[in-house]
Amino acid sequence: MTALGTTAGLAAQTVGEPAVNIAIFLVFVAVTMVIVYRASRNNATAADYYAAGRSFTGPQNGIAISGDYLSAASFLGIAGAIAINGYDGFLYSIGFLVAWLVALLLVAELLRNTGRFTMADVLSFRMRQKPVRTAAAITTLAVSFFYLVAQMAGAGGLVALLLGVESKTGQGVTIAVVGVVMIIYVLVGGMKGTTWVQIIKAALLITGAFIMTAWVLGKYGLNLSSLMGDAVAKGGETGPALLGPGKQFGLTGTSKLDFISLALALVLGTAGLPHVLMRFYTVPTAKEARRSVVWAIWLIGIFYLFTLVLGYGAGALVGPEKILAAPGKANSAAPLLAYELGGTLLLGIISAVAFATILAVVAGLTITASASFAHDVYANVIHHGKKTSEGSEVRVARITAVVIGAVSIVGGILALGQNIAFLVALAFAVAASANLPTILYSLYWRRFNTRGALWSMYGGLISCVTLIIFSPVVSGKPAPPGTTDSLSMIKDTSIDFHWFPLDNPGIVSIPLAFFLGWLGTMTSKDHNEEKYAEMEVRALTGAGSEKAVAH
Amino acid sequence: MSSSVEGGPRPPEVSANAYTEIQGSQRFQELKRRHRNIAFPLAGLFLGWYFLYVLLADYAHGFMSHKLAGNITVGLVLGLLQFVSTFAITTIYVSYANKHLDPLAEELRDELEGGAR
Repeated sequence: MTALGTTAGLAAQTVGEPAVNIAIFLVFVAVTMVIVYRASRNNATAADYYAAGRSFTGPQNGIAISGDYLSAASFLGIAGAIAINGYDGFLYSIGFLVAWLVALLLVAELLRNTGRFTMADVLSFRMRQKPVRTAAAITTLAVSFFYLVAQMAGAGGLVALLLGVESKTGQGVTIAVVGVVMIIYVLVGGMKGTTWVQIIKAALLITGAFIMTAWVLGKYGLNLSSLMGDAVAKGGETGPALLGPGKQFGLTGTSKLDFISLALALVLGTAGLPHVLMRFYTVPTAKEARRSVVWAIWLIGIFYLFTLVLGYGAGALVGPEKILAAPGKANSAAPLLAYELGGTLLLGIISAVAFATILAVVAGLTITASASFAHDVYANVIHHGKKTSEGSEVRVARITAVVIGAVSIVGGILALGQNIAFLVALAFAVAASANLPTILYSLYWRRFNTRGALWSMYGGLISCVTLIIFSPVVSGKPAPPGTTDSLSMIKDTSIDFHWFPLDNPGIVSIPLAFFLGWLGTMTSKDHNEEKYAEMEVRALTGAGSEKAVAH
Repeated sequence: MSSSVEGGPRPPEVSANAYTEIQGSQRFQELKRRHRNIAFPLAGLFLGWYFLYVLLADYAHGFMSHKLAGNITVGLVLGLLQFVSTFAITTIYVSYANKHLDPLAEELRDELEGGAR
């Protein structure tokens, strides 16, 4: 997953005018702050804070979902991966897109009808509340944390390229600023404010990508083939390999298996990402949840088609050599292309969009993680689902958001300059192993019970994390020729404790979690037929489901 | 269809008995059958087609790199077809759900929630 890397290179040479980049970014922050403040007026109840009063329409939520989902990794990372590795970069975007069909066909509507605020609402519906909620909160926090740290470190890496900030201190300060802005969004605006930030960001990102795509295609008379021909010509010796698969994943039998493992995690992980699932509660009905996914699928699909053009465009107009020499390496492909096309101004806009992307994604993650802690752990486990007023639950959620924000700032600063690109793939792998099997079993398998859910969630989470720790992404990758640092997280090549051969654990952990869910269920007699009837009827008809708040 | 409830987010209470009763009803079983008959085959179809594509991209480099016209390879066309099939499956499912799932679901929901009021 190195191509999606968000760590900064140390080479120092910025393009464009940092002042312009900063100014455009500040305008974004100012505008969104005003909107978040205005959105905050109706933030009285838990349903307001966690689920925006369930008042967004399907199309609005669909745009917000794409804003939540299209992280810096999918914009900068995929464009860069295509510029450097050609077709293999395209493979990421296909996995990220088709995965939405799992959400559309199997998860979104039933989840919206069954739950209130969090993923755990659904998973614990017909199970013993405490243990299942605890497990679901732990996996939610794990996924959110991995994803958050990757995004935060990405913000640090981005400033090296875009703002000319090369010192560790300067990048650390940037991460802290991103963290503080995000905390303010979440504290002041709750889910409503966060959603608007995501909507604005999605509009900017997709428009920006569209302008660049049209520009690139215009240069080539709308001829994709001749654009690709130029990318091949600029690619030198390995240029022809850009057109077909294999440049990145096809090197050895192990790397091929690794790709299958990644593909599994991508396609099954999306519908298990807690921050994506939580977005389905922001609409009034299951039908609107369905419409949101439809909008998200079209927007995300079209966006990935843009990145295909942008990636080959960067390869053709900027060239892989120049991209790899820039700070941020592959991640700099899209910004460098913007500079090539539209000079300082377009670069400034694209840079600001990239920052907006990070802000919107981290805000979504933070509100999800804080909701899970306050609603699942504080209100339902510590206080047994009684006694707490919704006011105190929301207060706890706000405090948690600050704590999570602080932790992710620290995590992001510690991760600066580390090889932590694997964290995004790990978040998908954990979501696919620890969350998705339990979601599917509890929605579709009558017999499924508490033990099955616990074994599957803990088994999926523990196997994923264990395999990653003993995989080459943590230790034991060789140093690239001419350098001394390993490409693993631990850069010292003499430290090597890996025994799992793949970078991606999904191929083992996902089937294992499905198996453990089955085994746990079959070895326990526990079953609540009445709750199952309620869940099934609610899920399919929407009877008794949460309604929109009337203000 | 009531999309908002005055005075707060609490949904109408429906008794547990009513759920069990509806669950056993023929109309609910029909709704469940329709839902599974569309969602499961479409899910199987797209997963099968996606993994076929992944395996081809992983193990059939020669085939995927074969140029059809100019620099347009088989792999690129199949990749773009993944986009097309995703959009197509989305459209098929939504039009089916609007026509065959929603009316029945709405009918059952109104009955359940109406009975509780």
